[in-house]
Amino acid sequence: MVRREFAGYFRTPLAYVFLAVFNAFAVSLAFFVGGLYESGIASLDRFFLYHPWLWAFLAPAAGARLWAEERRQGTIELLLTWPITVWQAALGKFLAAWLFLACALLMTVPVALTVGWLGDPDWGVIIAGYTGSLLCAGACLGIAAIASALTRSQVIAFVTGFLACFLLVLVGYGVFDELLAGLLGSAGVDEIRRLGLWRNLEPFTLGLVDVRPIAYFLSVAFAGLGLSTIIVERR
Amino acid sequence: MPLIEAKNLSKSFGAIRAVHAVSFAVDRGEVVGFLGPNGAGKSTTMKMLTGHLRADEGAAVIAGFDVADQAVQAKQHLGYSPEGAPAYGEMTVREFLRFAADLRGLADPAESVRKTLELCRLNEVAAQTIDTLSKGYRMRVGFAQAVIHDPEVLILDEPTDGLDPNQKFEVRRILKEMAARKAVIVSTHILEEVGELCTRVIVIAKGEVRCDESRDKFLARGSDLNAVFRQLTA
Repeated sequence: MVRREFAGYFRTPLAYVFLAVFNAFAVSLAFFVGGLYESGIASLDRFFLYHPWLWAFLAPAAGARLWAEERRQGTIELLLTWPITVWQAALGKFLAAWLFLACALLMTVPVALTVGWLGDPDWGVIIAGYTGSLLCAGACLGIAAIASALTRSQVIAFVTGFLACFLLVLVGYGVFDELLAGLLGSAGVDEIRRLGLWRNLEPFTLGLVDVRPIAYFLSVAFAGLGLSTIIVERR
Repeated sequence: MPLIEAKNLSKSFGAIRAVHAVSFAVDRGEVVGFLGPNGAGKSTTMKMLTGHLRADEGAAVIAGFDVADQAVQAKQHLGYSPEGAPAYGEMTVREFLRFAADLRGLADPAESVRKTLELCRLNEVAAQTIDTLSKGYRMRVGFAQAVIHDPEVLILDEPTDGLDPNQKFEVRRILKEMAARKAVIVSTHILEEVGELCTRVIVIAKGEVRCDESRDKFLARGSDLNAVFRQLTA
């Protein structure tokens, strides 16, 4: 299942467009918006800073096809009458999509190598950053899986998934916090901020691999996977 | 023990009652023609038998396994080609059959693919992507994935729909070849198929079984099968 789904991404030009767009944005945002070079610091924190935005957009783009495409083609009827459980099919699809996103992330390694060439970065921190980014991608993919299970249209799946992920990106940003504080008070905002993607990715970019953000990303990813499985089973 | 059992199957979609208390059993060696007008509940019944749809009431049993409670075991014994023979269009015929063989956990998937390509006469298009195939070949690919594991139970939803006479002949030939070893349900609204292919006929209309009898008894109802069909499904 994983092999077919993973290969499925590369059967259309869209995968290559996806990889190119991800890399172009990841590098451009880091250098031109984040000022990675001008900062003069051998660190990738300005590179990872934009990853929640990138994943919020690109994970739903990659995940939109998970179930919506099966419904559109009618192949869901085949898949669900072959002797595998819905959970096995869902897990296979999810892992393949996550692997695809990992490939996109892996293609940005030259950025880290450049920083290594220009300075003397802490490679442990960089590896932690990549780990956090990959987990963040998984969380966004979990949300995308739910959106994809709900519809037969990849466009609707993408837009719904993107909006949900976008909301999680906004949580933890200043303007949005002020808006929430007005509605819920500062204590409520603190709780909600914990749910933000950046809030959970930030420790990784500083080299802090903590259990809580790992648990957060994996919980969102697997809750999304579980919920999408239930939706497919019920429909 | 019958290989296919529909026990009081019922299914509604909102206020629409699609299938109501449908019961029948199919033994090895039987080819059941499942007839009915469009919207009669044929596909819904088949979807419940294959486990794709959950029945509101009743149970479906395949080779002794309840499709709701022992889904994986039941599906191991089942080959199913849904209406329109959906397939992964971006895959080649060979890749698609290999995927089906792998997911079914067949002992020698490469050999199963080779035999199935030969049985369904798909060798000449094996390397073509399914999207590029004519309807006839696509239907045959759908049929091929359903028989790749040589199942005891075969459920085919309009397998000859839209095929030209030669292609219909070809599909019927393959079905006849394997029918003696299997329990087969073929839904169709091509009445000529009853005489050529089936050993038994079940007519369904408005979600209810209107007639369940041997082919000979059905054919003896009258020389104008269309009139018989209209009368039974009115």
